Amino acid sequence: MSYNVNEKGYYGEFGGAYIPEMLYPNVEELRQNYLKITAEPSFQAEFDALLKDYVGRPTPLYFAERLSAKYNTKIYLKREDLCHTGAHKVNNTIGQILLAKRLGKTRIIAETGAGQHGVATATVCALMGLECIVYMGEIDIKRQAPNVARMKMLGAEVRAALSGSKTLKDATNEAIRDWINNPVDTYYIIGSVVGPHPYPDMVARFQSVISKEIKEQLLEKEGRENPDFLIACVGGGSNAAGAYYHFLDDESVNIIAVEAAGLGVDSGESAATSALGKIGVIHGSKTLLMQSPDGQITEPYSISAGLDYPGVGPMHANLFATGRAEFISITDDQAMQWGLKLSQMEGLIPAIESAHAFAVLDEKQFKPTDIVVINLSGRGDKDLNTYIDYFKL
Amino acid sequence: MNRINQKLQENKKILSIYFSAGYPSLNDTVQIIQDLEKSGVDMIEIGLPFSDPLADGPTIQESSTQALHNGMTTQVLFDQLAAIRKTVSIPLVIMGYFNPMLQYGIENFCKKCAEIGIDGLIIPDLPVDVYADEYKATFEKYGLKNIFLITPQTSDERIRFIDSVSDGFIYMVSSASVTGSQSGFGSTQEDYFKRIADMNLKNPQIIGFGISNKETFNQATQFAKGAIIGSAFITNLTENGVESIGEFVNAIR
Repeated sequence: MSYNVNEKGYYGEFGGAYIPEMLYPNVEELRQNYLKITAEPSFQAEFDALLKDYVGRPTPLYFAERLSAKYNTKIYLKREDLCHTGAHKVNNTIGQILLAKRLGKTRIIAETGAGQHGVATATVCALMGLECIVYMGEIDIKRQAPNVARMKMLGAEVRAALSGSKTLKDATNEAIRDWINNPVDTYYIIGSVVGPHPYPDMVARFQSVISKEIKEQLLEKEGRENPDFLIACVGGGSNAAGAYYHFLDDESVNIIAVEAAGLGVDSGESAATSALGKIGVIHGSKTLLMQSPDGQITEPYSISAGLDYPGVGPMHANLFATGRAEFISITDDQAMQWGLKLSQMEGLIPAIESAHAFAVLDEKQFKPTDIVVINLSGRGDKDLNTYIDYFKL
Repeated sequence: MNRINQKLQENKKILSIYFSAGYPSLNDTVQIIQDLEKSGVDMIEIGLPFSDPLADGPTIQESSTQALHNGMTTQVLFDQLAAIRKTVSIPLVIMGYFNPMLQYGIENFCKKCAEIGIDGLIIPDLPVDVYADEYKATFEKYGLKNIFLITPQTSDERIRFIDSVSDGFIYMVSSASVTGSQSGFGSTQEDYFKRIADMNLKNPQIIGFGISNKETFNQATQFAKGAIIGSAFITNLTENGVESIGEFVNAIR
């Protein structure tokens, strides 16, 4: 059984391309070209060079000694927080901007929730000298002022999504509408492993550099390529998809996906899609989705703006449905306490998204010989205001 | 014969009107349909509101959001329409996004439509390929016509495929845009309208998106069997209320 995408764009029963006909030519152009273009040696050379010299890859696999001693197991952290722009998001935007250029596109659009993907997109647009428009929910624009300022400084135009709940899902709707209105010159850089096929697969491939490096680094440090446990947080799921990618079909690796429980899975204020979602269609993909009994998409909640997406990528929906990955949900409070703990035990201030992944250490027992890899997907600079408010710093 | 096929055989240009069910008020649905028929409209698209209408511009997004806020659901709409065939005889089409239908259950949804006397469905985010593979048999079992969209970017090959899968009409999106974002047609659109007309498709074409008044209606129907007005009708409902339906339709033709 393969946990990767099939030729029709499905992961098990999840995925596909449920898009209006207006988007068909754009998505079809991408579907026909993404594998061909990304396999070209010139593409790979440019992608690898930018990841190395611009993003700062490979990111280290760091043995967290104090954490390991406390939990009596071997804990390694994949340091995506050290990527340029502060998180793994840029791995994908580098890949997609190179693809957009080869497709002859001159205008780039993106959606963003917390602003990390927006910043990563604005960054690569500045790098390539391309016009950049980022859609962001009106409410998120207010919540994430520093990232809005970063995008503007990088030369991007930030457009407020005023429809619906005025957050990430609405920003995604607006970006899709923009693409419908500008089908010829515009390329849409989606920020996660969501959306219509081929986006989930394409984004997973660009992020798969994370697991490729983990394999090489573990071999060097431990004499084996595979960890016993691999832990990552999941909103839409791009950092997790990248961390899991090369381990998906090796069942000796226990994959753990960490969702945001918000105030608690049953509180009505949660983003734990695997627990609360049902199969449905959002943003062109059939996947698990938080929705009303009538099929209206509901607004999720998490203290972490990067995890409050009402769906989850179709790869992850399939990992959940097949039992390949274990899904654990972590509350705001647990994640925030781990933000503080990791800062004070390892000198690493994590993004609140990533802090959720660490809370698994309190939820599960690991053996002293186990090798546990946690994807530290981003750093916490962007979350300082939230930490300040929460801990009254 | 299905009411859609029958209507399209008439020797006239078809005026079809779209509105969001449950807007302006939850229980306006039946009266709007009855008034539209009385005013001489040929076909009605009843919008089943969705929280995330990707292909729609601000006007229909807002009327959908308001309709949901008013309490519209799939079941409420079916209940409102239960007796509609006692008073209305023109073709009725439900236009909505796929997820609410999926949650109702596709078979149940189709069954209910057939019971009520709905003639067809327009589901913008159900691609023709998925329909042909997974749902065509169910739709046909209940005598429902599924209507597909084409756009200026749709290739001739794909238009031929859509024509082969369709039995009713083809919904021609006038330009690369979401709903409600046009004002008048230029030569690019006319070239596209002509190109499609010259393809001699087996299904008649009805043009939608960007039709807002007599002028654009006449322009579109020079090349196609009919035209659909949505956002402009909703704006009129917002500004002038349900009482103004007759006046709005009379101004179109």
